[in-house]
Amino acid sequence: MTTFLILTVVVLLAVALWQLTKIFDLTQVGGGNVNDTQIANDNDNKVNGYLMFAFLGFIYLTTILCLLNYSDLPLIGDAASEHGPQVDNLMVISLVLIFIVQTITQALLHYFAFKYRGRQGQKALYFADNNKLEFIWSIIPAIVLAGLILYGLYAWTNIMFVDEKDEQDAIVIELYAQQFKWEARYAGADNVLGKANVRYIEGVNNLGVDLSDPNAQDDFTAPELHIPKGKRVVFKMRSQDVLHSAYMPHFRAQMNCVPGMVTSFSFVPTMTTAEMREKPAMIAKVSNINAIRAKKSEKLVADGQTALDPYTFDYLLLCNKICGASHYNMQMKIVVDTPEEYAAWLKENSAKTIVQAVKTAAEEAKASETPAATSKDTSSTAGKDTTVVAQAEPKH
Amino acid sequence: MSAHNHDHGHDAHEHHHKDTFITKYIFSIDHKMISKQYLITGIIMGIIGVGMSMLFRMQLAWPEESFKIFSFFLGERMAPGGVMNNETYLALVTIHGTIMVFFVLTAGLSGTFSNLLIPLQIGARDMASGFLNMVSYWLFFLSSVVMVISLFVESGPASAGWTIYPPLSALPQAMSGSGTGMTLWLVSMAIFIASSLLGSLNYIVTVINLRTKGMSMTRLPLTVWAFFITAIIGVISFPVLLSAALMLIMDRSFGTSFFLSDIYIAGEVLHYQGGSPVLFEHLFWFLGHPEVYIVLLPALGITSEIIATNSRKPIFGYRAMIMSIIAIAFLSTIVWGHHMFISGMNPFLGSVFTFTTLLIAIPSAVKAFNYITTLWKGNLQLNPAMLFSIGLVSTFITGGLTGIILGDSTLDINVHDTYFVVAHFHLVMGISALYGMFAGIYHWFPRMFGRMLNKNLGYVHFWVTAVCAYGVFFPMHFIGMAGLPRRYYTNTNFPLFDDLQNVNVIITTFALVGGAFQLVFLWNFFHSIFYGKKSVQNPWKSNTLEWTAPVEHMHGNWPGDLPEVHRWPYDYSKPGHDDDFVPQNVPMKPGEEVLHH
Repeated sequence: MTTFLILTVVVLLAVALWQLTKIFDLTQVGGGNVNDTQIANDNDNKVNGYLMFAFLGFIYLTTILCLLNYSDLPLIGDAASEHGPQVDNLMVISLVLIFIVQTITQALLHYFAFKYRGRQGQKALYFADNNKLEFIWSIIPAIVLAGLILYGLYAWTNIMFVDEKDEQDAIVIELYAQQFKWEARYAGADNVLGKANVRYIEGVNNLGVDLSDPNAQDDFTAPELHIPKGKRVVFKMRSQDVLHSAYMPHFRAQMNCVPGMVTSFSFVPTMTTAEMREKPAMIAKVSNINAIRAKKSEKLVADGQTALDPYTFDYLLLCNKICGASHYNMQMKIVVDTPEEYAAWLKENSAKTIVQAVKTAAEEAKASETPAATSKDTSSTAGKDTTVVAQAEPKH
Repeated sequence: MSAHNHDHGHDAHEHHHKDTFITKYIFSIDHKMISKQYLITGIIMGIIGVGMSMLFRMQLAWPEESFKIFSFFLGERMAPGGVMNNETYLALVTIHGTIMVFFVLTAGLSGTFSNLLIPLQIGARDMASGFLNMVSYWLFFLSSVVMVISLFVESGPASAGWTIYPPLSALPQAMSGSGTGMTLWLVSMAIFIASSLLGSLNYIVTVINLRTKGMSMTRLPLTVWAFFITAIIGVISFPVLLSAALMLIMDRSFGTSFFLSDIYIAGEVLHYQGGSPVLFEHLFWFLGHPEVYIVLLPALGITSEIIATNSRKPIFGYRAMIMSIIAIAFLSTIVWGHHMFISGMNPFLGSVFTFTTLLIAIPSAVKAFNYITTLWKGNLQLNPAMLFSIGLVSTFITGGLTGIILGDSTLDINVHDTYFVVAHFHLVMGISALYGMFAGIYHWFPRMFGRMLNKNLGYVHFWVTAVCAYGVFFPMHFIGMAGLPRRYYTNTNFPLFDDLQNVNVIITTFALVGGAFQLVFLWNFFHSIFYGKKSVQNPWKSNTLEWTAPVEHMHGNWPGDLPEVHRWPYDYSKPGHDDDFVPQNVPMKPGEEVLHH
């Protein structure tokens, strides 16, 4: 199929090229001033002038087609965080502004290229400068941009500089990045994360938590991120190896994870996973995706392979800073719970503290060491999987 | 050219030496030959860079297919059985970015046209130092060779993205491309920077010292202004990248900790302590952002010249154009932080950089409006060079406008490092600068080779490229706004993005067609060097001095005295003259007034 497609494209290309050259050649005939100097004559100006005008149509058409077909793709509206609508508003304002300026300037540019196409004997207007005009088009962008800058800075300050009071009642969660997976560390009952450094990494303590720190005693980790609706969450981010970026698109949140320092970002989730799934736009998106997947599955099954699972929406944390071979698959599920669900989840998970896990592992190691002293490496396996360079997904 | 031309030389170039093949074509110190060397090296690197993008676009559109063409070009190791592996994908995007930004659009564009046009347009016999100029080219050649060699090392070429952020680029344990491939990348870039600095210094000195009689700074063509300011930005910012590269080499090979701290990788803790990758980001973008303008300003300068000539009108707002070049150059050195809003630096800095970044929109808007006004009531000669120039203004506007979104720290949170960014910078600097380069080639080909390019092939080249460029990058904004991160080898692991796949197919189709049609240009270019129509001295009826020199190249550029300049370069269709152009070396008529300021 693909080979056929490529062949078709190549053939079409050749035909198009041949036709185009022919059209341009034909325009040379009967143009009055036939020449082969390779300098544009009146006919070239005419043909290309009209093409310029047509190209304006093409730009508009591309814009309209994209808006018609893809306007449901952008993450605008239905933001799942408190500050999200602010970001979306500014985005919409900027997009509308851009759209207006784009429409007008492209029209002027291409229309002038068409309207003033060269003709023999026509003389151009000697118009070298005009202070008034230049002043106008320096000052208008300046004013418009001043507005955008002010709104932007206002929003930025709101998002990045959180009141201390708000921060005090916030839930603190560490997002820990490594090639190529995420882990979340919860601060436990005291809501203070224990100290940590990669130099403490050993065995099951794969986040390098300082086990002697009193604040670390109740810390526990989870492979999937649970956060409650309506409460501010402060993410403290760390990376153990290279730069990663914690990107949570539905919450309009992103921050790099930098080895050697702790970065942070905070937001208030406003929509549980269940609520987001019920949004009409999301239902439409998911059913569209499932239609695509069903179609793909048909082909897969015909080829004797297993069908794709149907898709249900989940919030995601993606890595958005190139971090190595399997960068494309570094993700973690985010679940926004109702406060009650969150409390239940906490209850279920908070007992499995890191300190406890280390103790259990040590005991197990001791127990297995007594009969045979060969299994020395059990304690060093935890970090090992990070070294394996993930292979390409098998293709069909 | 034959030796008899030397008899006319009136300065240092008078010495009578015989050109051998080696001194004429290889170790030439003649700026015109060096400019051709830059151009052809740039084109060859461009073929590699664009070719790579075709391969990874195919991977993105059809991630589940295998293509024989992959193993044909990449070998069985990088694409076993026609399946591109994930590291190969990253290597391709990394080298594509590096080659296009530095080797094609910096050296290929600036190197070619600064070398060709600065001496010819200011009325100088050659560059201030022909020898340094030669060294500059050969360093560039050497760095290209090293970069190409790095593609063939066992562990693969550099793959950490063209921004080579450590620790990924510093640690061979982090990815295999960060081994020998990365070392060669750094060596190549260090040589490249040396080449670029020698070139820039030469351009600056030449423009300041070697202008012919009457060629005041406010009579310089805008091309020369653009090359001049570009060279200044280069001299200011490239050394910073060199120092970053050297520090990275130290971290990689000598155990220092400039950029590294607290790292646990491959099952062990590394000794690095106290460095910060954020420092590298600052140093990198201190060059990286001005680099955008190093790429773009020469293209804008070329466009200014071509639009004025082919509109048969003075460029509108000559002084405003110069002021905006200077303003852009100045602002470009204080906006680098907009690449780092979410890098973990203090958010207050984000506010500052948002402010300075959005200011750049003002001089940019002035330039765009001035171009449009120059077209107004002109007598447009729609030569291929003119089409590419108008195309440049179009993509410069489209791509520049989305900069308003990315420069705004609040909005950058959600589109940072997505395909929205890819679409933005490809339009505003990639395609625009490429159009500027094509425009320059179509316009000055007669000056370089004494022959004309075929215009009909030029028209085909432009129109297909123009349609495809929008076809590729316009839809790309939407998949970016949908949240698709760049540098993902495939998005099949995210059902969330399944609905973007058909957009990717459309983008790739346009990319393949657009890429294939560059062959039309290549054929036209290489064929016309030997078989093109012979050019007349001033085919475009242009005012600038390069068209007053004889078609045949000669050392020293002009037989006899250097031309003297009596007017600015944009006296097109000036009232009181019969012709619609008045070259700069034509004396003012008695009573003729200067009609511009």
